Amino acid sequence: MDLAGGSLLTYQVDLSKVNSADRDSVVTGLRDVIERRVNLFGVSEPRVYTENAAGATRLVVELAGIRDINQAIKEIGATPFLDFREVVSTASTTGAGNPGIADLASSTIGFVQTNLNGRYIVGAQLNLNSVTREPEVAIEFNDEGAKIFADLTARNVGKPLAIFLDNQLIEMPTVKEAISGGKAQISGNFTVDSARQLVERFNAGALPAPVTLVNQETISPDFGKEALDKAVFAGFLGLVAVIIFMIIFYRQLGIFATFALLMYTALTLAIFKILPVTMTLSGIAGFILSIGMAVDANILVFERTKEELKKGLSHYSAIEEGFRRAWTSIRDSNISTMITAAVLYYFTSSFVRGFALTLFIGVLVSMFSAITITRTMLRIFIGQDRELKK
Amino acid sequence: MGFSALAVLVCWVFVGIWGLRPGIDLNGGTEWQMTFAKSGVTETAIQETLQNASVVSGEINVKQSSDGSFIARLPNLTNEDHQKYLDVLKQKFGDVTEKNYSSIGPAVGSELKTKAMWAIALVLIGISLFIAWAFRKVSEPVKSWKYGVVTLLTLVHDVSIPTGLLALLGYWTGIEIDTNFIVALLVVMGFSVHDTIVVFDRIRENLTLNRGRKIDLGDIIRFSVKETFARSINTTLTLILVLVVLLIFGPPSLFYFILTILVGTIFGTYSSIFVASPLLYLWQRR
Repeated sequence: MDLAGGSLLTYQVDLSKVNSADRDSVVTGLRDVIERRVNLFGVSEPRVYTENAAGATRLVVELAGIRDINQAIKEIGATPFLDFREVVSTASTTGAGNPGIADLASSTIGFVQTNLNGRYIVGAQLNLNSVTREPEVAIEFNDEGAKIFADLTARNVGKPLAIFLDNQLIEMPTVKEAISGGKAQISGNFTVDSARQLVERFNAGALPAPVTLVNQETISPDFGKEALDKAVFAGFLGLVAVIIFMIIFYRQLGIFATFALLMYTALTLAIFKILPVTMTLSGIAGFILSIGMAVDANILVFERTKEELKKGLSHYSAIEEGFRRAWTSIRDSNISTMITAAVLYYFTSSFVRGFALTLFIGVLVSMFSAITITRTMLRIFIGQDRELKK
Repeated sequence: MGFSALAVLVCWVFVGIWGLRPGIDLNGGTEWQMTFAKSGVTETAIQETLQNASVVSGEINVKQSSDGSFIARLPNLTNEDHQKYLDVLKQKFGDVTEKNYSSIGPAVGSELKTKAMWAIALVLIGISLFIAWAFRKVSEPVKSWKYGVVTLLTLVHDVSIPTGLLALLGYWTGIEIDTNFIVALLVVMGFSVHDTIVVFDRIRENLTLNRGRKIDLGDIIRFSVKETFARSINTTLTLILVLVVLLIFGPPSLFYFILTILVGTIFGTYSSIFVASPLLYLWQRR
């Protein structure tokens, strides 16, 4: 992600007021809601995931290539603001029943804010009205909210009560009786989808688990591109340097190693593409380092082969011996690197993981390419040599 | 051997005296890289502007980097505080482009520190245990767990040197230790053990070949080191080639990461020849 530029936001989830039994579902719900909001930003492949660390739960949002991060932060953090308002009629002459939504246009009614709002909601649910089959949103208040709601309804029996969402009037039902118990139904002009969305937002907003932004990392696309260009250029130079080195030191054998190295590069990149591995700067560094290591196995084999040749073995058997005898040290040393990569992967956050993963894959593929590919090529070509010499 | 022990000691003293400067990702804080459209903006001007804005209390530090951009270091900021600072800067200096911004809470930082310690310990122990296991078949005359312990000591040597260097650099130039450094140390451990394994593998082979014959262990170790010397150097050389190229042409943000690995790799190869093998011998002789 740091290559495309973008932002990484980490939120601390405060679960101290959530029952331990509900924590998983609260966190999952929170993640889903934030993910849906993030999807609205229209960035490519946003990622939202939770992290558990030392008893704390965190929510990480990765936004690649986002333009206005401040807007994004606002929207992610936004909880739907629901409030109830008392309705007062300014036109005392109405007489004919209570004011309705239609009276809004004539501005003959006014609203008085109450202190009942979405903060007191503990949960929301989507219901279908048993009579009209219209979707409704059932909300439940906590004890404090229930008390306020009971007072409010008692005070307004026979009068309408306005429900506002994000400062927009959505419904103005008439109160038939005082409602205790802290449950209310909102039946605006919902479609099933809009009702469901509201329920989700209420559940997010009503979560007794507030989120706070604890980490923010933003990288401008130019910065990422500059770094990428440099890393790719350096990687290419490194590859060339290693090839020259191998050919100078091992001549003919070095050419085989070069082929194996090129195949290694292609193979590894293909695997990255298929998996897919998110390429970070450190990930590319890990890959470039693995180029330097990929030929290690070849060097070990070739050195061993030279040794066996000195002992007077034929080319063919010297190479076979070289592979056989060098194998134990190649295996053992690569396993130790894989141990390192595995620890890195499990003990670090997303940024380093790219590095750990590319290193791990790189080592695995290099074992295959340096041993299998080089050996097959050598068997074919050196084998023919021998035939010719006879 | 003596030199290595001394070098490790010196490095520990460096770390002891100057300590390591933890970066923002380990300690919490804000790193903010920006460029200005207007020329003639100076470090001190920015620093004063930020300080006079007095949005948050704490140390504020501004440095100009080699590419002309400015890097400001502040305490951990909320998004609102970040906006306020940005507004103040825009008011004073005109158009500001934010290249890179990261703000990390202290809790996250200290947690990362703990994780890093664990990771280093796990890799040290994991590799050592693996070596002890991999050499289990040659328990005569050297017990296989001794290979493991020697590997452990060698690894401690290999990480101590770059850490000491970074402490020294931290004292001189204010380099900070960040996650990348920890990763580099872990990678050094993975790499430097390669050469140790190559030498040990040869010792293992030569011991098996000469089983039953009366040959001094010291001779076998000496012989094995001599035989594998060239390939140890060569495998390291290819890696060093790549690292040097990355150091020179790679992105500046990875400079110290690569430098740590480079130093660690060089000393890792050195240690497999001049630390691991002599240690094995000395220990066995007693």
